[in-house]
Amino acid sequence: MSNKMARSLSVVLTLLGLIALWELLCFVLEIPKYLLPTPTDILQRIFVDWAMLVRHSGVTLVEIFAGFGLSIVIGIPFAIVVVYSKYASQAFFPILIGLQCIPMVSLAPLLIVWFGFGMLSKVLIAFLISFFPILVNTIAGLKSMEKDMFMLSQSLRANSMQVFLYFRLPKALPSIFAGFKVGITLAVVGAVVAEFVSSERGLGYLQLVASSKLDVTLQFCVIVALAIIGLGLYNLVSILERMSIPWYKASRGGE
Amino acid sequence: MAGKHIVIQDMEKVFKTRSGDVQALTKVNLDIEASSFISIVGPSGCGKSTLMNLLAGLEAPTGGTIVMDDKVVKGSETGNAVVFQKDVLLEWRTVIENVLLPLELKNITWFDRKDKKTNRDMAKELLQMVGLEGFEDKYPFEMSGGMRQRVAICRGLIQNPTLLMMDEPFGALDALTREQMMYDLLKIYSKFKFTVIFITHSIEEAVFLSDRVIVMSPRPGSVLKDIKIELDRPRGINSRKDQRFIQYVDEIRSVFQSQGVLSEV
Repeated sequence: MSNKMARSLSVVLTLLGLIALWELLCFVLEIPKYLLPTPTDILQRIFVDWAMLVRHSGVTLVEIFAGFGLSIVIGIPFAIVVVYSKYASQAFFPILIGLQCIPMVSLAPLLIVWFGFGMLSKVLIAFLISFFPILVNTIAGLKSMEKDMFMLSQSLRANSMQVFLYFRLPKALPSIFAGFKVGITLAVVGAVVAEFVSSERGLGYLQLVASSKLDVTLQFCVIVALAIIGLGLYNLVSILERMSIPWYKASRGGE
Repeated sequence: MAGKHIVIQDMEKVFKTRSGDVQALTKVNLDIEASSFISIVGPSGCGKSTLMNLLAGLEAPTGGTIVMDDKVVKGSETGNAVVFQKDVLLEWRTVIENVLLPLELKNITWFDRKDKKTNRDMAKELLQMVGLEGFEDKYPFEMSGGMRQRVAICRGLIQNPTLLMMDEPFGALDALTREQMMYDLLKIYSKFKFTVIFITHSIEEAVFLSDRVIVMSPRPGSVLKDIKIELDRPRGINSRKDQRFIQYVDEIRSVFQSQGVLSEV
């Protein structure tokens, strides 16, 4: 425990040191504010434009949550179908893997034509980009049951529903969570990029507006907001993981 | 409670593989008395595990029949419990939850039992018997190999089996733990008096534990020799010093020598 605290402390101190160095270099090298604002400039601006930043963050967050939620709700049942149906795994899955190679963000302009400038097109991009890692990881997890475990389930006369609920699904959870972690990070990317393409709200929109006004400080504020959102969501998934599969991290001696 | 009486007649098993058929077992005939302890020894790949899988109903024979208590075996029968070489504990369940798994899958509760003991009490009793008192709520990853295999044995025992099948259950354990597990198994056997089929490649282990040792030939597996072990029960550390113990071990070893399974330089 004290070891863990010492580690977090060293992270915080290093971060503060780097920020101080940034501040110092801006001052010493006399870098103009329109190229690189100092950390205090950014902090001040966040304070001033707090309400606006929160409003746009809220919009982007909703898009992320909706897109990510959609990819869970669709991805997991889909993975189960692929694992259990021979047709889906032989004919459908290879096509999906091929589709995955298309950069999803390249679909953004098209989806905006189809679904308009509103939130729906952003949710769909966030969904498309986070869907595949969740699907692929869930499939890998559901297929990870060893022969021994299957033999055990048969010797205990478990029916196929029980094999799924008692053996296959819990066995897949670590892999499913690995997919969630990749998925949530990508959902943030998807939502912001979709906002870049065309929008009236959200952090991506705010970033474009700031850019067009050459307001570099505001751009940094947006980056800070996105960093906080990305880190926060990733940690949220990690906490959920630790709560639902306490046996996993510990059994591998990690953290 | 008595164990199962097993009759194996002309059993064969052929595996179809890409490079042609592989005959794993050929013409196996055995009559296993109720409540006896039978060991099956043989070299790797002789079909010992296949034989157990057939008995456990996990695979179907390609010829011949297996009859248990006058009933032809078709699939995994009630009263069978299997312990595998790997403990196959479910990592996401605590020790006691692992032991309770078979009852949960079959929806058996205290209501179905005459003594009206709760499932948890029964699991606790079994864990206590194998020396795992106080470990109920630990996860498998917190335990050593020997302890894990004890949990797997308890998971077998809670089904109240009349036939316990073990496929090299101590194969992955160190020598000392292995010896202790043998004493524990004998204690359990004397208490439950079920039929035991014990697969091993250790000659000493087979002789020490069993009433009968079946020696199998290299592939295709068949019964080479059927040796009755007449050592007194209960057996203990002193049984190993018994002259007859040494003779039995020698006898089985010479069978393997004659088969070319064992050879000196």
